[in-house]
Amino acid sequence: MNPLTKKQWPVIQKLNQIEGLMKTRKISRRRLRKSAARGGAVLRPKSAVLSKAPEGAHRMKKSPIRLTVNGHLYELEIGDKPNQTDPSHTLAYTLRETLGLTGTKIGCDHGACGCCTVLMDDRAVLSCMTLTVECNGKKITTIEGLSDPKTGKLDPLQQAFIDHSAFQCGFCTPGIVMSAKALLHENPSPTEGEVKEALSGNFCRCISHYHVLKAVMATSRMSR
Amino acid sequence: MVNTYRHIGKATPRKDAVDIITGGARFLNDIKMLNMLYGKVLRSPHAHALIKKIDKSKAEQLEGVEAVLTWEDVPDWRGGTPRYTRILGQKVRYVGDAVALVAAQTEEIAKEALHLINVEYELLPAVFDMEEALKPGAPQLYDEFPGNVVTPGVPFFGPKSLKEVVMGDVEKGFQEADVVTEGFFGYENIPNPLPPEPPGAIALWEEPNKVTLWVSNQASYMDKIVLFHIMGRKVEVRSIGGPCGGSYGSKFMSWQVQCYAALLSRATGKPVKLIFTKEEHLAAFTMRPASHMKARVGMKKDGTVTAVSGTWLIDTGYYSMTTQSQVAVGCGEVQIAIRCPNWDLKPVIVCTNRNASGVVRGFGGQELKCILIPILSLAMEKLGIDPFEFLKKNFVKPGDGYFWRDGNWYTYRGVDFTKAMDKGAELFGWKDKWKGWLKPIAVEGTKRRGVGVGVHGNADIGEDASEAHVRLHPDGTALLFSCVTEHGTGQRSNFVKMVAEVLQLPMENVSVTPSDSLINPYEFGPAGSRGTYAIGSAVIRAAEDAKQKLFEFIAPMLEVEPSELDTADGQIFVKRYPEKTRPWRAMGIDRTITGYGRFEPDYTLTNCMMSFVEVEVDTETGKVTLHRVVNTTDAGQIIDPPGLENQMNGCLGSAGIDSAVFEETILDRSTGHILNANLIDYKWRTFSELPPVDNVVLETPFPSHRFHAVGVGEIATSPGPVAVLMAVSNAIGIWLHEYPATPERVLKALGKVTLKARKGGVA
Repeated sequence: MNPLTKKQWPVIQKLNQIEGLMKTRKISRRRLRKSAARGGAVLRPKSAVLSKAPEGAHRMKKSPIRLTVNGHLYELEIGDKPNQTDPSHTLAYTLRETLGLTGTKIGCDHGACGCCTVLMDDRAVLSCMTLTVECNGKKITTIEGLSDPKTGKLDPLQQAFIDHSAFQCGFCTPGIVMSAKALLHENPSPTEGEVKEALSGNFCRCISHYHVLKAVMATSRMSR
Repeated sequence: MVNTYRHIGKATPRKDAVDIITGGARFLNDIKMLNMLYGKVLRSPHAHALIKKIDKSKAEQLEGVEAVLTWEDVPDWRGGTPRYTRILGQKVRYVGDAVALVAAQTEEIAKEALHLINVEYELLPAVFDMEEALKPGAPQLYDEFPGNVVTPGVPFFGPKSLKEVVMGDVEKGFQEADVVTEGFFGYENIPNPLPPEPPGAIALWEEPNKVTLWVSNQASYMDKIVLFHIMGRKVEVRSIGGPCGGSYGSKFMSWQVQCYAALLSRATGKPVKLIFTKEEHLAAFTMRPASHMKARVGMKKDGTVTAVSGTWLIDTGYYSMTTQSQVAVGCGEVQIAIRCPNWDLKPVIVCTNRNASGVVRGFGGQELKCILIPILSLAMEKLGIDPFEFLKKNFVKPGDGYFWRDGNWYTYRGVDFTKAMDKGAELFGWKDKWKGWLKPIAVEGTKRRGVGVGVHGNADIGEDASEAHVRLHPDGTALLFSCVTEHGTGQRSNFVKMVAEVLQLPMENVSVTPSDSLINPYEFGPAGSRGTYAIGSAVIRAAEDAKQKLFEFIAPMLEVEPSELDTADGQIFVKRYPEKTRPWRAMGIDRTITGYGRFEPDYTLTNCMMSFVEVEVDTETGKVTLHRVVNTTDAGQIIDPPGLENQMNGCLGSAGIDSAVFEETILDRSTGHILNANLIDYKWRTFSELPPVDNVVLETPFPSHRFHAVGVGEIATSPGPVAVLMAVSNAIGIWLHEYPATPERVLKALGKVTLKARKGGVA
């Protein structure tokens, strides 16, 4: 009954690395962030840990992060002042706090529950485990970006969730919808087993799983 | 029966469906305010200690920090039952107890400030085990609880509040029995209801004594009442509820996080948001009570229970939030499930140095049944009695009675659940599958299958009071005033549905107010399964009252008596002459008409859920796999079919069935630290391991309200765990005595591993 999925393993390893770094060097996330903003001197020896962050941080001092969210291009200035994007900001933080897109939920903030799932270039990613500075040039889609921007018409997957009452408290729903959307991008007519596998990293405690499966399978059938 | 209702019993989209599915639903943490500060809690690393000294000067000097509060800075606000637990005290009683509160301009600054607070502790010996805590000379958690025994009784339930089940003559009962057995079982894995949304609050204090709280809760009105008492009855509290990201009971009382935010706002004059991390949620918010019991039961060959005598020890952790209430309700529920004339069941609530237990689905009854039904099973085993037949026979029938939580005797006047139980058994195939006690139903290599059954019923469906207003508008719309929050059951939409049915309006024409205590009347909230009957009754009466007032106003215009009128789609018409009509507009565009409804508690009805499970046990690895679940109930009248099915599927989650399969909070009983306070190490069921769940719902009209319905959502989690323990024991041929049935426990029972006794360790 291990909640870890293929999607989550690298995330966990990365988290452990970051936390390990913070512990061994006795630095808080805030200090880590500050040092990264200064050029990532503290982090440089472990640059692999934060992938492109230090390199990015260097560059960011001059040029902002550009990312497209739900079809809108955003330029985010890097820095630790209010209204700037700090190199330690997660994508989830940026979406929610900087861009005001609170449809993306933070459940555990540790990459385990899937509530923060968004699409990055149509693939599902855990936005609480993705640093915003890693998203330069990326196309992000959140739950707010699924419906037709002009007509407001819901995505067929969203409509299926309503038609099948595929939620109860609704907190995990945006993450589940985005995971399912990523699957449908990759495989428009998945089997139930494939849907279960794709959603296995999404925590739902009300147990709406059965209705979610019906909703996703109904969408899957539509494309057959 | 043909459904003649316009809305009731039909699947209708939830009113909040589009918001939820587009990310528009504003949960607590989605709210942002101007000048809002972020709160954090410094928590004790020790299980039991006195704070000798706190130096907060460095933290206060950190740029961006606006307040640092310790026990010396805060008023004497106390919570718990009785109210002995200070919001911040000089003594810490568990690993995670609050030591100081910080408010800062960002969450990161608040977090960093926590590291700058220096605390000197004087360590005290700690106790993590109930028996140890009860021994003379054990570490004492409170002066007010000598011997660590929590004062029994719940003032809110009245002077006779149920503290035990004592009636008849147990010695006589044992003499009449064909068999007397004794057993010991424990349900002590303290699983966490664990909603996805962490607990939190936003507070805005206004001098001198007013506070507004934005809460995530089932019952926002109750926050106002609970906090009023905690804050010394000197503070005017307004509570505003919004969508709640899961509760399962747990957020019903979130007084601590709410008080933290309130204190920080009081200190800074700014709104303060304080959201727990998932680690705090798992290690410093509430979990299911732990309990175990040694009891003797007497039984006749025909399954009649002649006597039950035992001591029920309940571990409430470092204080009791509502444990006495859970004991009271559990004691009532056990009489609903087990008919017996002679009882001597004595609960003892014990304090230990771990995180507190709190409200959770099953509310005392799940805990008690998980340990009493296995003891009764030992007697059934001796007599060769089928547990399904036993549970069916002994569940309350019309005319039977029970002492409920207020200590009074009530005679049950609802429907007989026998038919629902038989239907469930038939679908599950119980009669073919049951092979006798401790016998697997199939063996294939190392895999052995077993079946089990459990039952639960709760008379809380008519518990506590509710009030509602319904306001009619000239444009043919209606507004329901109810302080119910939406926490996943869909009940806010269901109440709209009830109003729409009474007024014969399209559901789009009825809306419901935000659950703000300032504008809504009293509401206990959708606790337990009281939504459908208790809250529903208040809502229906308010709609009926409004309709009556409307008819009284319009009748003279149509020159008839009000009783001759009816309404549909915003038109009022004379029943005998439907062509004689007036639109609601006739009330005048400068008028609204408001009706009021109230529900008074009624303990004469109960709901019922029976769960059948089939498990497979791998005797080589010890792994238990849940293969099939069938739940069966009689709901009187289904209000919302998919909503009810969702609630019944909920049997697996929120510390329900899976608390017998793999779910547990692992407490290191030598240090008091919780070892799996994250969503990786705390195990939960994933999409890839879903067993087939079938739900049977009968609709035998209940004498409840005009729709003859009762609620059942809460109890879905409760019958399953004991059914799993029974099924696993039957599969392997040996009784398991503890939950959950982990591979370790299964292999130990099979004699395949010898567990070294860890000193004070976890089993």
